[in-house]
Amino acid sequence: MIFARGLVKRFGDFTAVRGIDVEVAPGEAFGFLGPNGAGKSSTMRMISCVSAPTSGELRILGMDPVRDGTRIRARLGVCPQLDNLDPDLTVRENLTTYARYFGLSRAEGRRRADELLEFVQLTERAGSMVEPLSGGMKRRLTIARAMINEPDIVLLDEPTTGLDPQARHLLWERLFRLKQRGTTLVLTTHYMDEAEQLCDRLVVMDGGKIVAEGSPRSLIERYSTAEVVELRFPDGLDLNADYAAKLDGIGERVDPLPDRVLLYADDGDAAVAEVQRRGLSPSSVLVRRSTLEDVFLHLTGRTLVD
Amino acid sequence: MLTTLTAGRSARASRVGFSPARVGAVVGRNVGALRSGPSYWIVLVSGFFEPLLYLLSIGVGVGALVGDLTVAGRTMSYAAFVAPAMLAVSAMSGALAETTFNVFFKIKYAKTYEAVLATPVRPVEIAFGELTWATVRGSLYTAIFLGVMVALGLAPVGGALAAFPATILVGLAFGAVGLAISTLMRGWQDFDLLSTGQFALFLFSGTFSPVQDYPAWMEVLIQVTPLYHAVELVRGLCLSAYGVGMVGHAAYLLAMVAGGLWLAARRMERLLCR
Repeated sequence: MIFARGLVKRFGDFTAVRGIDVEVAPGEAFGFLGPNGAGKSSTMRMISCVSAPTSGELRILGMDPVRDGTRIRARLGVCPQLDNLDPDLTVRENLTTYARYFGLSRAEGRRRADELLEFVQLTERAGSMVEPLSGGMKRRLTIARAMINEPDIVLLDEPTTGLDPQARHLLWERLFRLKQRGTTLVLTTHYMDEAEQLCDRLVVMDGGKIVAEGSPRSLIERYSTAEVVELRFPDGLDLNADYAAKLDGIGERVDPLPDRVLLYADDGDAAVAEVQRRGLSPSSVLVRRSTLEDVFLHLTGRTLVD
Repeated sequence: MLTTLTAGRSARASRVGFSPARVGAVVGRNVGALRSGPSYWIVLVSGFFEPLLYLLSIGVGVGALVGDLTVAGRTMSYAAFVAPAMLAVSAMSGALAETTFNVFFKIKYAKTYEAVLATPVRPVEIAFGELTWATVRGSLYTAIFLGVMVALGLAPVGGALAAFPATILVGLAFGAVGLAISTLMRGWQDFDLLSTGQFALFLFSGTFSPVQDYPAWMEVLIQVTPLYHAVELVRGLCLSAYGVGMVGHAAYLLAMVAGGLWLAARRMERLLCR
């Protein structure tokens, strides 16, 4: 579906994407994970054929995005990072108008619009203008809009950024259904849980490069341990590095953060027992499963902040 | 079967790089916006009244003081002299309002075109679509305005019918240039510049007095600016005073259409497809 080799995007002196290789198979849910500025959105814009690659090879649906942009875009659904719904149109008209851009007949546009409004649970708001909708509703409408042409690939740039937990879960559930129908999903996110929920396979991007690739599970296995112990110390903050030194040797790795110390161990409880045996008394102890956040931390050496 | 047919057609269109259906969809978006809320109507209606008010206050009011006017051997009332100019102005301002304010807002704030460009629609098709719509809007103004002129006895029916296509050309010309301008706008402050320029054109383009009355250097300067050609063309047709000069005026306006569209499509691609 998507094939990229040595893909580069430069804006003047700034290089946003520094030669990445990506392959996405049909029906796959593929993710670009990384902090802001990692080059995810630039990559997405190249894939959606609105931004020409500076160099490297890119083929979408077997076609060249520069030469066949119009034909490729006819088969893509794009959900951008910021909602760009049309404020002058109603919810339903946002969909029917969009259908016309793809050359669908008015009747077909109306039929699909109603079907999609049902799918994203916005039927009751069909006649409303866009402005009064909540963030979650707008996002669902944008996703519905991206599906109006029954695309082979749906591109989602940070689909749940800025949404409340309830809205996120509803959205995930809808995206999961989309995936079940066999639609190829490509998404960017800086939420680890989102990547774990939705992606079959993902790449971790940092500074315009791919630093790791695999399934969420395999990445965790490769770059982290089964469990992570989070320790907070009462006089922590400045002393976490000292504590980390005292914890050395427990588990596979010790990582002092500004606010807590992370212990990577396959057996979290055993690690906690060892901590207590060394006479350390953290104010809070949390044993949890390893997540992609830990992978990211390990790969880039810093926490995921904007 | 039907799907194959449409797919085949759109594939062909993509190779040619221009699809009238997609241009139509861009126009259709604006029709939808018109249907959806009252706000657009207010903008639309207000744009029509300005030239009409000038016609009544200056053409008829000041005209009563001025009396008749003789231009190029023809004598007419002052209002009959001013009316065709106001007609040309309404074609200009209708098209400009649409392609500058509205298009700029869509580029810069609503990000409307980013959404449109994620579909098979191309920048040049957006430019054509917006221009078509702006011209429809401008022509709506001029059609009503011509009706008013005929009703007030300021133009014969034949002259009005002859002038109407010319006002469409005027709308296309200013609309195309307006599109190009809005891709170059940095912010709303630039609109002050634009409206000052527009007002200067409005005052001096042979609208309220024949250009021959100005000093020679000014006359030449005015002849370089666009509204002059619009006014001369429309006035000549309204008054059935045909001449070879009309070809020149029409050519000037056609050049504006071509140049404006070319620059607008290019700039839109630069702005939106980075």
